[in-house]
Amino acid sequence: MAPFEWSGVAFFLVNVLIGAGFGVALERSGFGDSRRIAGQFYLTDLTVVRVMFTAIVVAMLLTLWASALGWLDLDRVWIDETYLGSGILGGALLGIGMVVGGYCPGTSLVATSTLKLDGLFFIAGLFVGIVAFGEVVPKFWEFFQQAGFRGTYTLDQWLGISKGETAVLVTAVALFTFWGADTYEAARGNRDKARD
Amino acid sequence: MRPVSSPENRLWNPYLGGAFLGFVLFAAFFLTGHGLGASGGFARIAAAVMNVVIPDHVRLSPYLSHYSTAPLQHWIIPLLVGVALGGFTSGKLAGRCRVETLRGPNISVGARWTLAFAGGIIAGFGARLARGCTSGQALTGGATLAVGSWAFMLAAFAGGYAVAWLFRKAWN
Repeated sequence: MAPFEWSGVAFFLVNVLIGAGFGVALERSGFGDSRRIAGQFYLTDLTVVRVMFTAIVVAMLLTLWASALGWLDLDRVWIDETYLGSGILGGALLGIGMVVGGYCPGTSLVATSTLKLDGLFFIAGLFVGIVAFGEVVPKFWEFFQQAGFRGTYTLDQWLGISKGETAVLVTAVALFTFWGADTYEAARGNRDKARD
Repeated sequence: MRPVSSPENRLWNPYLGGAFLGFVLFAAFFLTGHGLGASGGFARIAAAVMNVVIPDHVRLSPYLSHYSTAPLQHWIIPLLVGVALGGFTSGKLAGRCRVETLRGPNISVGARWTLAFAGGIIAGFGARLARGCTSGQALTGGATLAVGSWAFMLAAFAGGYAVAWLFRKAWN
């Protein structure tokens, strides 16, 4: 049953292939362009929220179906552990970095691969930030390791409902968000037309 | 799936692009048991370089030392190689591979480079603090319903919207 163990050349190739799919998806969604990513934060371009939320819902549903059919062992699929303190603070910093710099780590690599110099400067900054983090984290080690630590903790456990019910809920929230994004853009389009 | 591309820029419809990205993420879970990632790979590359230049310093650091043995022997390194190859190939086929600086209409090239570098520092620090970035936390943890990853994602959007007004001249 999936997932599988890989070694040697096959290990290298399967990960290169997954990465290539990831790179194509980001590039074709327009995320090699900092202006499109920044546009999400000025509500001039809502591609980021559409692509991210669609990807999360599709991957979530396929994973749950594959597990329900007995093809995929969910116990061997990686789930990020929950550290509310460092996760929320780090997330806020990442969001600030995206508005200041126009990329996140993955999209800056795509931008650099398509020869965008702003992407290259962002990557240079990433290395500085990462090394700086490694240097200063001993000063707040306890916060990093313990603040809001919940271990492997998923939305279904938090809500006290099944994974299937949680998936329906997440899908409904996503569809509502898409409806909101489409409605907002239509309204703005009409307003701009009226102004012309 | 046949992606819709508009003739002038060959970008995919965001819902189809998202579905394709979701399928790739599922393929990662199914084939390997891990999701996607990016910032962890950059951290490993940084650790590999520091290992050569200042090995004693790496060994004594509580954070860096867990990267000190064979930092590049990890799935995220070939994954990043793939991201670069996929990004380049896709951009090349769409005619988007050319040396340029993407910026808002009212900012100089030099200022854009400075802000890109500064944003990279903040994002790099934040991603390591959060143990992942948009790929390893928001997408991977989002799809596996991890509470911390959803909190991360909401915090990232909140952080971005909180400062967007201050940086409006960089983009608008």
